[in-house]
Amino acid sequence: MSNGYHVRDRGWQPPGLYPPYKTTIKRSPHAALLSFPTSISEETGPAFGHNILGKLDNDLILNYARPGEEAIGPRIMVHGKVLDENGRGVPGALVEVWQANAGGRYRHKKESYLAALDPNFGGCGRVITDADGHYEFRTIHPGAYPWPNGMNDWRPAHIHFSIFGEAFAQRLITQMYFEGDPLIWRCPILGAVSNPEAIKTLIAPLDMNRTVPMDALAYKFDIVLRGARQSFFENRQEGV
Amino acid sequence: MTQPLSYLKESPSQTAGPYVHIGCTPNFTGIEIYGGDLGTSMKTGPVKGTEITVTGAVFDGMGSVLKDAMIEVWQADAAGLYPSPKETRGVADPNFTGWGRSPGDMETGEFHFETVKPGQVPWPDGRLQAPHITAWVVARGINIGLHTRIYFEDEAEANAVDPILTRIEHQSRVTTLLARKIGDRAYRFDIHLQGPDETVFFDI
Repeated sequence: MSNGYHVRDRGWQPPGLYPPYKTTIKRSPHAALLSFPTSISEETGPAFGHNILGKLDNDLILNYARPGEEAIGPRIMVHGKVLDENGRGVPGALVEVWQANAGGRYRHKKESYLAALDPNFGGCGRVITDADGHYEFRTIHPGAYPWPNGMNDWRPAHIHFSIFGEAFAQRLITQMYFEGDPLIWRCPILGAVSNPEAIKTLIAPLDMNRTVPMDALAYKFDIVLRGARQSFFENRQEGV
Repeated sequence: MTQPLSYLKESPSQTAGPYVHIGCTPNFTGIEIYGGDLGTSMKTGPVKGTEITVTGAVFDGMGSVLKDAMIEVWQADAAGLYPSPKETRGVADPNFTGWGRSPGDMETGEFHFETVKPGQVPWPDGRLQAPHITAWVVARGINIGLHTRIYFEDEAEANAVDPILTRIEHQSRVTTLLARKIGDRAYRFDIHLQGPDETVFFDI
């Protein structure tokens, strides 16, 4: 147990209702959220051991490909650290990712975009952070794609992230975007995040230090989960 | 001037989108990988306590069922212990994971959990909370995951003194947090995102 988690900054987070993203209109609660301090119900959470992982789980180029074949598209490494608001790396965090293929097409029966499927690309991967909170996976750069909202709305290239920290209170789903993409500032889904500084924290920079020469470019994406309150009056500080 | 506060800001949430199942329950979508989807079963062997089922669906403001949602639940075991490394009060039932994840049925959108009736756990001030399951809902059109709680209508005594249920301003809304008993050890819990039956969601 901890001393509770920092209150979520609802001005930094997107509101439930953001009319330019039309689906939010009928899917956002009207009543105010009910505020309560976290209790043990939210300060605990399931733990996932590294033993659940297969060798290729974090390699989207190979994890759905036929033997001897590979997914098509610009090869990239994505790496970073899962931290909490106190700046501490979060070890053992389960990071699940999903994305469109290089042409902007998802492998899903409800997907109707005309871009071709890649038979060697499933579009999902997962990894668990190491003792310092680091994670890494290999994939292809996803394509941008149009989506039914306005008549001509396009999603910037992105990778979806689902993150499990140590506590259910930290549960988070977000999206990573790519440095330099002009669609970022036209996107109604990102537009729900009102503070441009907050949007910037979702844009991964090119990281030449982690590129694999003659093989793959790299992007660095750090993720911050809610932090637990630290108390001087505690014998054992959480995670310290 | 002052020293800067050096806290980091939580990463902004973004919608799970229409294809959350590709990432979180890929086998459900036909992508056969990982040897199965996480959270499908909350039991790894014979469990202690009363085994129950919780079934429900998520409805939008037009009364339509969401078919692209994902629901996760987290709860204590029958003795009120969490199967978590952060549980310091004892050791939970080793055959119970406490965590479930459901993509909903492809046709009906219904989610379904086979679990155990949770025991009571303490509020920070030491009072006991009524038995409950923590639930979290994400979907296309939901910018930030919605936290709610599943309490049980047949726990009237505990519900009547629960630290959260008793502090809900509009007491008529408490029923939105109560799972209805629909059979022997079977409960129904529907989640309404909007409308007269809008579920109470928490900023917790």
